[in-house]
Amino acid sequence: MFVSAECTPLSFKDFILIMPAVSVGNVGQLAVDLIVSTLNMCRVGYLHTDCLIPMAGNNPYATSAENANDLSTSAEVYSSPDLKLAVLQIRSPIIQKKSKKFRKLLVSWMKTSGFSRTVVLSSSHAYQRDDQQLLGTPLRYLLTPSMQKETGDHLKEMDWKEMETVSAFPGVSDSEQRLCIPGGGVTKGLFTASCAEDIPLAIVLIFCSEGDNIPDAFTLLNHLNTWLHLVETPVSAEIQTQPKWRIPASWRLLFGSGLPPALF
Amino acid sequence: MATFFGEVLSVYSRAVEEDDDELDDENEEDEQIRREIEEKREVYIEWYPDVTQSVSSGNCTLQCSDLIIAVGPNASGFLSAYVLNTESWDAVGHVSLWNEKSRCTSRQPPLPGEPACRFYRHRDNPSVLMCQSTCYVAEDQLFQWADKVFGSLLNRGLNVMVLSDSPVAEYKTPDNLYGSAVPFLRSLKSSAFKDQALCPALEQPNILTGLPAAVLSHCQVHRIPAVLYQCYTDVIGPDTVTMETYKPALTSLSKLVKLEPCPSADALRRFAKVSEAQSNLYT
Repeated sequence: MFVSAECTPLSFKDFILIMPAVSVGNVGQLAVDLIVSTLNMCRVGYLHTDCLIPMAGNNPYATSAENANDLSTSAEVYSSPDLKLAVLQIRSPIIQKKSKKFRKLLVSWMKTSGFSRTVVLSSSHAYQRDDQQLLGTPLRYLLTPSMQKETGDHLKEMDWKEMETVSAFPGVSDSEQRLCIPGGGVTKGLFTASCAEDIPLAIVLIFCSEGDNIPDAFTLLNHLNTWLHLVETPVSAEIQTQPKWRIPASWRLLFGSGLPPALF
Repeated sequence: MATFFGEVLSVYSRAVEEDDDELDDENEEDEQIRREIEEKREVYIEWYPDVTQSVSSGNCTLQCSDLIIAVGPNASGFLSAYVLNTESWDAVGHVSLWNEKSRCTSRQPPLPGEPACRFYRHRDNPSVLMCQSTCYVAEDQLFQWADKVFGSLLNRGLNVMVLSDSPVAEYKTPDNLYGSAVPFLRSLKSSAFKDQALCPALEQPNILTGLPAAVLSHCQVHRIPAVLYQCYTDVIGPDTVTMETYKPALTSLSKLVKLEPCPSADALRRFAKVSEAQSNLYT
């Protein structure tokens, strides 16, 4: 259930929604953190649902002492009306038995909010790639039919690679092909549901392995930026430079607390 | 997972399973089993007859100005030893739930010493409600717990305070905690809570999970003023030094809740015994 943070009703009409799928290495979630932090987006609401494990903490994007003590919850919606951009951040795992319910909730929220397009940032197990996927870029995309109508061949012209289908019975028969996103969590379900419900939705994903996935998040986001131009890419004559993303304060201490000085 | 320093951390893989395709074409029997399990895991709030009678006209919404929720052995121990040991607190209800670790399904009041989640009310000031939770609430029941508890209270004019405890190993800080003052308190408050918290705020990247997080999330979303005091301790079982750190938190409610100057030895003994019984290595 979407709950607005303010008393006034919100409108997301014609906004682009960017959201993560809780997937391998939390790459989508990390990328979304970078978007919210870099664009200084403000929180406009919560997705209050029993499908997510509850968590609470202070403002993960705090920049000063004044805005540090703002309670944040497991799923929140951020918005930037100037850019016509809304971002959903999910901060905790989906309760396994409730993934179907969560998918339905997302689809119905997307439908009622009137987003013009939805982009899901996701990831998939690198070790489960097949031969054709091992070569070249680890980035892939998927478009629902109604998204295809809107963007046309734009992504293909940019040399983006569409996610391959794999044969359902490898080695036996290649006649039956199906979409497979191992480690992608709700990604595939959301894509199939959006196809069925005629929602303009794109999946942008990266093959990765679990570990320190911050580099993967940057790769995914820089890739997305070549399409949506969320941040200006500095142009220099000789080398292609990457946009500057601001790492949020909550990424500190990834490898634990400080070491005892007596250790050395 | 074990670390260099010997503490055992509960770390699980962040890899996510793909949605099970087979779920879509499950048969009627599977669905029935699923439904029955869900029913079994339902959370119920049992209010005792004297409370339900005092509530006006059928619908069971309790008038409550302050709700104090204690989660974990130290926080519950603190309430037992310093607050609830006087005669003036009555047990008014409990939560009945079933999961892998808790079997608090009885509609009857839980026995003393049993892990449970009980509600107490002051005899002279019935608008103050205490909740003491010592039983395990599973991840899928947390949301429902908060939803049902707040659903049975009148939310207008309600103030919430949560006391909880956590091992200091889970606290992340750039400085090393060696030799610093453990146990210590950290606070977290909902946007509707306008007062000053009595201790430093919980710094990112530290977060809360479990029942305290469920309660705080509910309060944040429904604009209920709530404050949480989380105690980080280096003692595994309940102990008196840790319990004392909560004292300043309750001073803000000194008009409503009277703290006993010295803790009840009986209550402390009861809590200490529970942790002692688990170790029989040297007996």
